[in-house]
Amino acid sequence: MSDAPTGPWTTGRLVELDRPSDRLVRLRFDVENQVEHLPGQHYVLRLRAEDGYTAQRSYSVASEPADPLLELMVECLPGGEVSGFMHDVAEQGDIFELRGPIGGWFTWAGEVTAVCVGGGSGVVPLISMLRHARRIGATDRLRVVAVARTLEELPYAQELLEHGAFVALTRENRGDRIAHPPYPDEMAPLVAAAETAYVCGSVGFASFATRLLGEVGVRSSSIRVEQFGATG
Amino acid sequence: MPVTRGFGSGRRRGRPERLPPGQYDTGRDWPVLTAEAQPDLDPEHCTMTVDGLVDRPRTWSWRDLHALPGSSYFGDIHCVTTWSMIDTTFAGVSVDTLLELAAPKREAAYVMAHSTTGYTTNLPLADITGGKAWIAWEYDGRPLAAEHGGPLRLLVPHLYFWKSAKWVARLELMSDDRPGFWEQNGYHDRGDPWLEQRYQGDP
Repeated sequence: MSDAPTGPWTTGRLVELDRPSDRLVRLRFDVENQVEHLPGQHYVLRLRAEDGYTAQRSYSVASEPADPLLELMVECLPGGEVSGFMHDVAEQGDIFELRGPIGGWFTWAGEVTAVCVGGGSGVVPLISMLRHARRIGATDRLRVVAVARTLEELPYAQELLEHGAFVALTRENRGDRIAHPPYPDEMAPLVAAAETAYVCGSVGFASFATRLLGEVGVRSSSIRVEQFGATG
Repeated sequence: MPVTRGFGSGRRRGRPERLPPGQYDTGRDWPVLTAEAQPDLDPEHCTMTVDGLVDRPRTWSWRDLHALPGSSYFGDIHCVTTWSMIDTTFAGVSVDTLLELAAPKREAAYVMAHSTTGYTTNLPLADITGGKAWIAWEYDGRPLAAEHGGPLRLLVPHLYFWKSAKWVARLELMSDDRPGFWEQNGYHDRGDPWLEQRYQGDP
């Protein structure tokens, strides 16, 4: 059995909320009886109407295990029932139903050398890994590749750049790098010593990233994928 | 549990009576969720095996499967990530047909579905017999796409969709239950969407 922790339904008070861009809302919760998570795990956030109707979605955790608060970064999807509510209606002090941590597959606790490839909001669980790596002094065992259309659209762009992630923008030039998805030549040195590869992003991104990893010699059995569809 | 300030049920769409608790109607969008890299399989070379606690372990080729009496499913599917799709149509062969030919032993009570990728999921035998499960190769009248588990996918629509193993290649009958891939990783052993059996520890 997996030794990843799991937690039951509980509640969390929204104590911090900010909007780093038009489409992103960063939420920090004080969780009742919080169970410490592993980097890469997710939580379910549930909204409840007075007539008992509920809507719930899963979100990857951005905070590191040692953080006393639980941090989620929610991308606002067109017509997204939960993401739209968190973006437009949620306020500091509101109480939410939360369940987690969940998932024992897409986790990295720092023991193995890993390469992580995130697309757009798929970088969120990698932020948890990156923060954890710094905390335990394991940054040499974690390489992060972040792919986005523009820097503005990349969640945690500054944090990723400051801490050595390779950032590939596909629609915007950055420094000497012309807008393009990551090239095999750029990936090869990053995957060199990796025992496990993590891929997180949309369906299209995940299939691109797993193909790219394959091209630079990563065995498909060592790739762990976390995909999200349009689940607003 | 507390009511969420400012949240109404007005956003509910589709046919609420068809949606298990906590699910929403995804319309015709079929999200793709997998834990592993998608395999590239040639239908002509894929096979389906039923073994374990059976009197006649068998392997069917793609052609053998198509020669069996066909069977289809028209109805809803539910994913644990909270989307449901209403009125889907799948075609293939009923798992009953395969089991009839393989003849399960009396002590067989559970099944492990195995995929070509190494993915596994466990089910009580009772959940895949009696017209409740299919080996499907067609969706909406077309070959089932690789991203949705084609060429062959186990279809168990009355349970959460992770039980409907993509790229299925083998059903192993067992006397005792054993957790599969997601079940070892925190998900429920049975996964009935109407009882909201999403994770280990749910009722």
